[in-house]
Amino acid sequence: MIRRRTVLLGLPPALMLASATSAEAALSGMAYASNEKDNTISVIDLAQMKTVKTVPTGQRPRGMDLTSDGGRLLVCLGDSNRIDILDTKSWKVVGSMDTPDPEYAALRQPGNNPLYVSNENNALVTVWNIDTQKMLVQMPTGVEPEGMAVSPDGQLIANTTETTSMAQFFSYATGKNLANVLVPPRPRWAAFTHDGREVWVSSELGGTVTVIDAKTYKVLDTIHFVVEGLRSTFIQPVGINITRDDKRAFVCLGPANRVAVVDVPERKVLSYVSTASKAFNATVKKYLLVGQRPWHANFTPDEKYLLTANGLSNDVSVIDVTRLRVINTVPVGQQPWMVLISPS
Amino acid sequence: MNETPLPRTERPLPGRRAMLGVFAAAAGAGLVQPVAAAPAPTLTIGYVHWLHEVDTLSYIFRPAPDNGRAGAEVAINDNNTTGRFLNQNFALVTVEVHSDDDPVVALNSLIAKGIRLVITDRPAADVLKMADAGGPHGATIFNAGAAEDSLREEDCRGNLIHTAPSDNMLADALAQYLIWKRWPRWLLAYGEHPRDLRLAAAYRRAAKIFGAHIVAERQYKGKVGSRETDTGLIDLQEQLPVFTQNAPNYDVLVAADDNSVFAGYLPYRTWDARLVAGSAGLIPTSWDPNSEEWGGRQMQDRFVAYAHRFMTALDMNAWVAARMIGTAASYAQSLDPDKIMAYMRGADFQLGAYRGLSLSIREWNGQVRQAILLSDSGRLVVSVSPQPGFLHQRTVLDTLGTDKPETKCKLSLARKG
Repeated sequence: MIRRRTVLLGLPPALMLASATSAEAALSGMAYASNEKDNTISVIDLAQMKTVKTVPTGQRPRGMDLTSDGGRLLVCLGDSNRIDILDTKSWKVVGSMDTPDPEYAALRQPGNNPLYVSNENNALVTVWNIDTQKMLVQMPTGVEPEGMAVSPDGQLIANTTETTSMAQFFSYATGKNLANVLVPPRPRWAAFTHDGREVWVSSELGGTVTVIDAKTYKVLDTIHFVVEGLRSTFIQPVGINITRDDKRAFVCLGPANRVAVVDVPERKVLSYVSTASKAFNATVKKYLLVGQRPWHANFTPDEKYLLTANGLSNDVSVIDVTRLRVINTVPVGQQPWMVLISPS
Repeated sequence: MNETPLPRTERPLPGRRAMLGVFAAAAGAGLVQPVAAAPAPTLTIGYVHWLHEVDTLSYIFRPAPDNGRAGAEVAINDNNTTGRFLNQNFALVTVEVHSDDDPVVALNSLIAKGIRLVITDRPAADVLKMADAGGPHGATIFNAGAAEDSLREEDCRGNLIHTAPSDNMLADALAQYLIWKRWPRWLLAYGEHPRDLRLAAAYRRAAKIFGAHIVAERQYKGKVGSRETDTGLIDLQEQLPVFTQNAPNYDVLVAADDNSVFAGYLPYRTWDARLVAGSAGLIPTSWDPNSEEWGGRQMQDRFVAYAHRFMTALDMNAWVAARMIGTAASYAQSLDPDKIMAYMRGADFQLGAYRGLSLSIREWNGQVRQAILLSDSGRLVVSVSPQPGFLHQRTVLDTLGTDKPETKCKLSLARKG
């Protein structure tokens, strides 16, 4: 069943149909949702706005990443203690890496290698060559590493440790731990800006996003979220998606059932350290109501749409990034954790 | 009285040992970063652990000898996993005391070592003694075991932090769920032990606050046929229906039986076909080994790998205590107990503890505010309170237990003076 949220806009039926059609006309390609509870990947055809295939996986698929050509989907199977590499055409498993309790994994780009894996139960980040499927190295972290991000130039590796509330930085070249930044409790996610100058870290229990300078590791700003009529304790930021111009970020707020739209109109680089918050000047523009408990989202390649995986309503919301409206909802499997979109 | 430091070398974090080979192999590639070369400054936390045998009706729920203590040990490992990046090290020294040992002697032995943050799972009266004895030495006692509200109220102390939820919090958590289910008519059954009477009072209070109606009360006197007797089951089958016979119409039997004397026998044996909650059936608790939400699965896995058994509520309360200390030390960037306690009592302190909403301290009586799980007798988690619709101007967590306007604790006044 596809719930067309455009109905809610109160337009005359003819117009409504037209707007819905024109909005969806631009959408094409495939999206993949990892369903942690029923052990499947839902394959969504974005042109049809529906799940066209359900791929069975090992146990508890959560974090995923795609190779740059979209040909391979890497799926962290937490309860099967491995990461499977799936061919996105045949949906066959073409490779596999045994690693304890992987929660999320990020590929270094360009080159699709290596793969940085958060081994949640072992306080480790392990680094893998996905061609040979061999582990290259492991890096000790705080308790329950989860968020993983590689800087756009591939030189800096960021990790968040949920239980010990640190954003940790490692050098790609030496593997050395460069810095550990304490952030508010339960950091779930790290995202680099596209210019590589900042790392945004969400704190699920702190209810904040901390913006960290990727060179000095100083905290530039802490973004707070306020939703009218909602207790602050229900605002639990997780996934962060930043637009290519670095001027806007979408933050999934979990049990608040909303995605926050954060604008950063200007950055006064020189005064970063002394008067951080003034210089940074991030403002929350809007809160978009999506399905229940969105944790992670991703843009379509043209950045015109953002898809959110809604863990408790078992669906994916489609946000029109230009109009900042939720335009569609696609049912997927049980407890979707993350959604990725094919680059082509 | 035995003193045993945490045998950390014997029990490394799970999984690391298995991966050591790869770690060593990778070291050749020059990519491994070994952590913390110089020894970091250490904060030693004390644990006064009550070694005693507990009778339980269920064979499989007999507590392990390291019940509680293992939770603190896992927390110390967690603290050190963080600490190795922040140049902080944590250690635990446990003193085991038997029922007739004086806990103050144990506490003094820890204080003599310079330890000022001490966790204990001793009963309420001993917690109070320890708080009073430790106060002049600047010691703070973390109460992981005693649920008595009196310890938070008329007998409250400025150097007591309660990670154990109180009777009132547990009763309120269950009451909210029963009201949400629209099961407001309760038959209250309680035992003879003084703890049972206090628990029964907590249920009466909860009924009043949340709009339930206690249709009748029954006190269970004596002991039910124990599991050791061959004829036990026959006895039970005869005794318990009679105990619950001729009750006015009710929805749920709420049992207050703190020492597992009779409540465990109530499910399936009531005269009327009714549900049981409280000390059996649907049980309010700070932890259940089935709780997997909010990352709970990771906690469970880490605990089982360390202790080779499931994690109990007492383990969780002790884990919370030691992690509160570790977390406050991280953020305060200090191992000084005064600075740690100042941060912990401050407005910014929060601890994630796998129950959705973060934990913090009620400044008016030292109670740690926390969500309460409702467990199907240790099988599955049925729900988590606070329930939807129960609102509070500060945080929904303060709908559980004694709130600021009702408190009899004069701590805040004392602190000002």
